[in-house]
Amino acid sequence: MTTAERPAPAVGRSHPRKEDARLVTGRTSWTDNLTLPGMLHMAVLRSPMAHARIDRLDLTAVRERPGVVAAFGAADLDGELGSLPCAWPVTEDIVHPDHPPLAADEVRHAGDPVAVVVARDRYAAADALEAVEVDYTPLPPVLDMEAALADGAPLVHAAEGTNRCFDWPLASGDYAAARARADVVVTRRYVQQRLIPNAMEPRAVLAAPAATGADEYTLYSATQIPHILRLMLAVVTGIPEQKIRVIAPDVGGGFGSKLQVYAEEALALVVAKRLGRPVKWTESRSEGYLATHHGRDQIQDVEVAATGDGRLLGMKVDLLADMGAYLMLVTPGIPILGAFMYPGIYKMDAYAFHCTGVFTTKTPTDAYRGAGRPEATYAVERVMDELAAELGLDPVELRRRNWIGHGEFPYTSVAGLTYDSGNYEAATDKALAHFGYDALRAEQRERHERGDTVRLGVGVSTYTEMCGLAPSRVLRDLRYAAGGWEAASIRMLPTGKVEVITGTSPHGQGHATTWSQIAADVLGVPVEDVDVLHGDTRVAPQGMDTYGSRSLVVGGVAVHEAAVKVVGKARRVAAHLMEASEEDLEFTAGTFAVRGSPEAAKTIQEVAFATFTGHDLPDGMEPTINAGHVVEPDNFSYPHGTHLCAVEVDTETGAVRIRSYVAVDDVGKVVNPLIVEGQVHGGLAQGIAQALYEEAVYDDDGNLVSGTLADYHVPAAPDLPDFVTDRTETPATSNPLGVKGVGEAGTIASTPAVVGAVVDALRPLGVTDVRMPCTPERVWQAIQEARARKGDPA
Amino acid sequence: MIPAAFDYVRPESVGEAVGALAGAEAAGSEAKVLAGGQSLLPLLRMRLAFPDLVVDVGRIPGLRGVRDDGDALLIGAMTTHHEVVADPLVRRHAGLLAAATATVADPAVRHLGTLGGSLAHADPAADLPAVALALDAELTAVGPRGRRTVPAREFFTDYLTTALEPGELLTGIRVPKYDGWGFRYEKFSRTAQAWALVGVAAAVRCAGGRIAEARIGLTSMGPTPVRAAAVEAALAGAQAAEEPVAEAASAAAEGTRPAADLSGSAAYRAHLARVLTRRAVLAAAGPA
Repeated sequence: MTTAERPAPAVGRSHPRKEDARLVTGRTSWTDNLTLPGMLHMAVLRSPMAHARIDRLDLTAVRERPGVVAAFGAADLDGELGSLPCAWPVTEDIVHPDHPPLAADEVRHAGDPVAVVVARDRYAAADALEAVEVDYTPLPPVLDMEAALADGAPLVHAAEGTNRCFDWPLASGDYAAARARADVVVTRRYVQQRLIPNAMEPRAVLAAPAATGADEYTLYSATQIPHILRLMLAVVTGIPEQKIRVIAPDVGGGFGSKLQVYAEEALALVVAKRLGRPVKWTESRSEGYLATHHGRDQIQDVEVAATGDGRLLGMKVDLLADMGAYLMLVTPGIPILGAFMYPGIYKMDAYAFHCTGVFTTKTPTDAYRGAGRPEATYAVERVMDELAAELGLDPVELRRRNWIGHGEFPYTSVAGLTYDSGNYEAATDKALAHFGYDALRAEQRERHERGDTVRLGVGVSTYTEMCGLAPSRVLRDLRYAAGGWEAASIRMLPTGKVEVITGTSPHGQGHATTWSQIAADVLGVPVEDVDVLHGDTRVAPQGMDTYGSRSLVVGGVAVHEAAVKVVGKARRVAAHLMEASEEDLEFTAGTFAVRGSPEAAKTIQEVAFATFTGHDLPDGMEPTINAGHVVEPDNFSYPHGTHLCAVEVDTETGAVRIRSYVAVDDVGKVVNPLIVEGQVHGGLAQGIAQALYEEAVYDDDGNLVSGTLADYHVPAAPDLPDFVTDRTETPATSNPLGVKGVGEAGTIASTPAVVGAVVDALRPLGVTDVRMPCTPERVWQAIQEARARKGDPA
Repeated sequence: MIPAAFDYVRPESVGEAVGALAGAEAAGSEAKVLAGGQSLLPLLRMRLAFPDLVVDVGRIPGLRGVRDDGDALLIGAMTTHHEVVADPLVRRHAGLLAAATATVADPAVRHLGTLGGSLAHADPAADLPAVALALDAELTAVGPRGRRTVPAREFFTDYLTTALEPGELLTGIRVPKYDGWGFRYEKFSRTAQAWALVGVAAAVRCAGGRIAEARIGLTSMGPTPVRAAAVEAALAGAQAAEEPVAEAASAAAEGTRPAADLSGSAAYRAHLARVLTRRAVLAAAGPA
């Protein structure tokens, strides 16, 4: 076979997603679709108050209600449930209070679980909640982070004596000296509002004892992390790990919110154990708003010091991070991930970072798409705009003067990360060309001079981020309790078909398609011949699951390496069958042929069958060409890109309309352009949502007032512009596929581009910031205040 | 999201429905009418409403459709938003209603939600009550004591409260024909699917470059939809031009009591009412 006859590789093609037909029709195994014989339904009674002492919990009347099988408070499950875990205690002396799955004496946020009711159907369970009698004595809510740190503040956890969870510093170079020799210092405060994740599928869990009556359990959960969940449930419940099987069936999105070990998962398990029957719980959307972890919620005090010609000398960040009421799986680690990203793509000599974690009586925070990196990227990109304005420089030009040049890679940032590759010039030039930057700037000036009531603004985000999370030793140094490896194995079936078993746990990412493409190319088989198995601890026994844009850069690489091993084993069998030496065999498009005599050939399918029979294998060879591989990453990967946003701001109403948006991303080698495009679109929507729409709002009593989708404004297609997306392709050098990950890039990049554009539109009016989300009223208010400062008529 | 238990009946006629409603009233229990369900079901599911009885009027014949009645249109209460938007009679004679209805929520809601349901629910943040008010629609109700007609000005009595008696069923809406009038519904909302922060429904009749008559209804500017009476008065006889219209529109918030909520303060709503009224009137008065 000549090179010209080789089939086009599957990797790099927009292969339609294998899983979409069942996902988009919903005819699949969503956890809530599952029904088991004898199944009971659990409902959770939640605290109606932000902070209160539980004086009395009486479940007697509830247990008498029709259809109710059982009801449990904390005391009823004493000894069967430990504290919910936090796997990322970021400092040695972190304050780490217990997190009971059911509150025993005190509730610490609206939605904190107090009791569970189990009934024959979910209607009876929901009705029965109204019959639970609880007496509360209200305690003072703790809502504002700065007030929470003041002397004499009411305490979320009185026994700890403080609301200060941890202090985590990072220093590199001499910031004070950098500041002292700076010509200009820009200081800003940014507020990362609290966000509520909105996966399409709400959380659901179904715990089932073995039908045999054995002390064994299967737990179905809409989770991102079946493997970690199994381990943690063993720890929390004391049920031996090998007696727990966790299955993540098809899962409808997570965005970090299902990277968690939740009270309801532990509760369903112990209740199913207690009752000997399957128990299901499915959250409603508004219940999820209280009970599923939130994202962001940080206050950022940012300072940059620079020379008069715009060269950055140093950066200082003081961060307050709201933990909420408890530490959940990786709550404290989220702002720490961000710590490494504040310097972004820029060169500087000094960096001083300090984060204080703070307890409040709110729903706990944890990972939400980007997890620390969107916050950091927002701060650095926004403050770069402010520095540009201060110096009278074009914001793109300021970035050019400071970014790491294409020839300088690998480059170790001031925060200590070694960026392996990147080409910020290429991505920026491409984005500018798509955007029509100069024409938009001209229109902006023209509108300003005309005094148009609709102003034009341009926002720039030249971002990078870190994916892969991470070399296990780095995670050890960060005090993260798990490793960063990922496993894959490949089974060659007798008919030559292929099963890929992955430790990643897709919940919308399309691993069934992309892992098939990767394996198909290495093995030389059609993509359709490959199936991908995942999300079941008994089927895919080893895995570290899916979050942090890690799946492709670690799990996809593991698939690739396992496939390479399969080919290596198959080569040995083929050589034996063809009585040739392994070195003389060429492997092309699934066929082994002796170099120079192509008529003698064995397909990999023939080799698979020969291996199955075991009739004629090399002496001493195990009768299998199956192979597994566990990848330990060398480094994070560093996607980057340049996003440009143009907005029109109606200065009469404050309404913001995104007029155009260009995203040029460099995610390294692309396995499936269609999937990358989808990830970028979804990411942009979520980043724009933070910039303009979404905010979790608590009232002064600590009630979540943005408690439904009617008050928490998730944008939909009519609210979003057409996106222009393009790519540059600078391969990662830290993995053999050259891939970097794309799950979070759009979210990380877009928020500062949009808010930057809003501020840019209004800067001539005297506006220097608009707090997120830039609601029409906030924008209008900022204009009024700026006019008042300038003494202009309103 | 599971409602509290309630009884459910699905009458086959208006008489049967009225009987069920009146029966509940006589028994001292609360009944709610289920039309398209787009407002009632969320209230039930969030346990914000606890009726003893739900009377589903979805199977009653004759409550759906648009009929020409000389100088007015008769619209059955159960006519869906989608049908209103698509109806040629509505588009020709009551363009403001069609235009405003097209902005209600999203296509799924518009295929199920009904004009009568929206008006009877009387949410001041909903789009159609202000339109009915601006157009001087009349609402026909049938109760135990027979049929009566209530002008829109008297129909909306308070937040989520109408002049309908507990035993009465809203059966139809009579909308006068506005042939030759310009119109505009200016809706301002946080997202395309969200409720209006403020909406302005304007119908304007021009003659010789001047505004002869203007009817303006405001959405979300108080516990009920309101007419911007001061603006209407100031516009009568005014030139259909930017400055006089802006001058008149500056009175748009007079006499209103807008709520403050997560989407906007009362002061901001008042400001929006002025800006949007100016825009709505200018658009309505503009070249047809």
